[in-house]
Amino acid sequence: MNAHGTVLKYGDHVDTDVIIPARYLASQNHQELASHCMEDIDKTFVTRVKPGDIMVAGVNFGCGSSREHAPIAIKASGISCVIAANFARIFYRNAINIGLAILECPAASAGIREGDQVSVDFDTGVITDETTGQTYQAEPFPPFIKDMIAKGGLMNALKAKEAAK
Amino acid sequence: MGMTMTQKILASHAGLDSVRAGQLIQAKLDLVLGNDITTPVAINEFEAAGFGTVFDKSRITLVMDHFTPNKDIKAATQCKQCRTFAKRFDIDHFYDTGAVGIEHALLPEQGLVAPGEAVIGADSHTCTYGALGAFSTGVGSTDMGAAMAAGETWFKVPSAIRVHLTGKLRPYVSGKDVILTLIGMIGVDGARYQSLEFTGPGVAELSIYDRLTICNMAIEAGAKNGIFPVDDITRAYVEGRVDRPWTAFEADADAEYERTVEIDLSQVDCTVAWPHLPENAHSAREGADIAIDQIVIGSCTNGQLPDMAAAAEILKGRHLADGVRGIVIPATQDVYRQCMHLGYTDIFLDAGCIVSTPTCGPCLGGHMGCMAAGERCVSTTNRNFVGRMGHVESEVYLASPAVAAASGVAGHICHPEEVMSK
Repeated sequence: MNAHGTVLKYGDHVDTDVIIPARYLASQNHQELASHCMEDIDKTFVTRVKPGDIMVAGVNFGCGSSREHAPIAIKASGISCVIAANFARIFYRNAINIGLAILECPAASAGIREGDQVSVDFDTGVITDETTGQTYQAEPFPPFIKDMIAKGGLMNALKAKEAAK
Repeated sequence: MGMTMTQKILASHAGLDSVRAGQLIQAKLDLVLGNDITTPVAINEFEAAGFGTVFDKSRITLVMDHFTPNKDIKAATQCKQCRTFAKRFDIDHFYDTGAVGIEHALLPEQGLVAPGEAVIGADSHTCTYGALGAFSTGVGSTDMGAAMAAGETWFKVPSAIRVHLTGKLRPYVSGKDVILTLIGMIGVDGARYQSLEFTGPGVAELSIYDRLTICNMAIEAGAKNGIFPVDDITRAYVEGRVDRPWTAFEADADAEYERTVEIDLSQVDCTVAWPHLPENAHSAREGADIAIDQIVIGSCTNGQLPDMAAAAEILKGRHLADGVRGIVIPATQDVYRQCMHLGYTDIFLDAGCIVSTPTCGPCLGGHMGCMAAGERCVSTTNRNFVGRMGHVESEVYLASPAVAAASGVAGHICHPEEVMSK
């Protein structure tokens, strides 16, 4: 599995309130959530984002609320992958559970610029900035999480386990 | 190598003799929690996966507290979905308007969490129950949906920061000031993926409500959980609320901590977190030039009876400054009723405040107190992110009930001493 797209770049501590403001949480509709994604820190995000684009951010991405609406909004907006120096722990769980690809890579977070063309090889964790020619190695997922992703996320992994009983 | 208190609780729930930091475990859960925003998404996942039963109808708690009383048709629809699910599976602890309180005040009050238990909730402030010596942490809706079916979930065993408390709090200083001070020291990601384990002689100087407030905001330092040892104060609170057997876990003497943070409680002053991160800690005495438009006293952080008492002490015989709106929200029906019986409600009304039924409402910019561009609020809630309480150009200053009340009277951010000396 791979991703390839244009980078939309953000800073440190991007919280779930700016990813999807609470005033929209009375909806569970993925497209409706996506239409407000990032609007409290970047009103242009929803007009600029194209399918496959890659979000790059600093430390503690997704801090704050446990709302799963946040990774859902990002995924439904067309973002193929979020690369950050690191993630807040609830967002990390949620992203994996709903199948939003995320990679921790402090060097890529620092080096990649807004608008760069970037490709990601999820099998190897290699991130390539095609604009600058720089490559980065992301932290690999633990085998437990790899296995969950391979089974199609948490719910499918749980169903497989129940069926095996 | 010994284990921390958190690690011991996790080991016991995983059926293991010991665990170590970084280990991935499967742990049994004593309680699974959701609210009116996160539960609908969990129900969708639960139903899409085709589950036909819940693991234990007495160990699932659904609390309709965020956008209630239903703020609009969409909110009403979400609550209806939760209500239908609760009826279908005969969920024992479904809290609807009329019985509801703010979840993290309600669950301890109702005896739904006991020391030594393991709890997950689809709400980031689920970490509150560490105050009772339980392991509790926030998760998302899919985790909640899976846990409602399976009664267990996976965890990465956290390493820990020890917060060693000494001394005794000064007048007007509370648990809120302690946690804002701590977050100011270590930052909003200072405890990312870790436990905050509170120890030391200062623990005995903190009421259970101070501890609930402190653990509530552990997540604002990025922590997986915050936890206090079980002592006589814990036992006195739990007695009469919890009627099932429970276990007090203690950290091993040789437990490993990544680092120790020392806090002398006698040195903590009334503290305010400036926008837009909870780590922006300042002394309340620095706020003389910061004029405010609103105060909010309530939330899962500071909506308990002692919080109401602290606000009432300041507001008694005083009135909000011209142009300041005061919103007081007792966190549960019981706190609401006691505010009436103890005369606090009259004090709040006489001071020019409104007193709302329990709701999370303004904390997350839902309803009951959203702000316009350029407005400022001193709030006893837990987050001051951009747009948290309304317009992206509004500002939230996080503080204790005493500081919020005093600031409302003064019309600017201030230390309670400034108001009480007049």
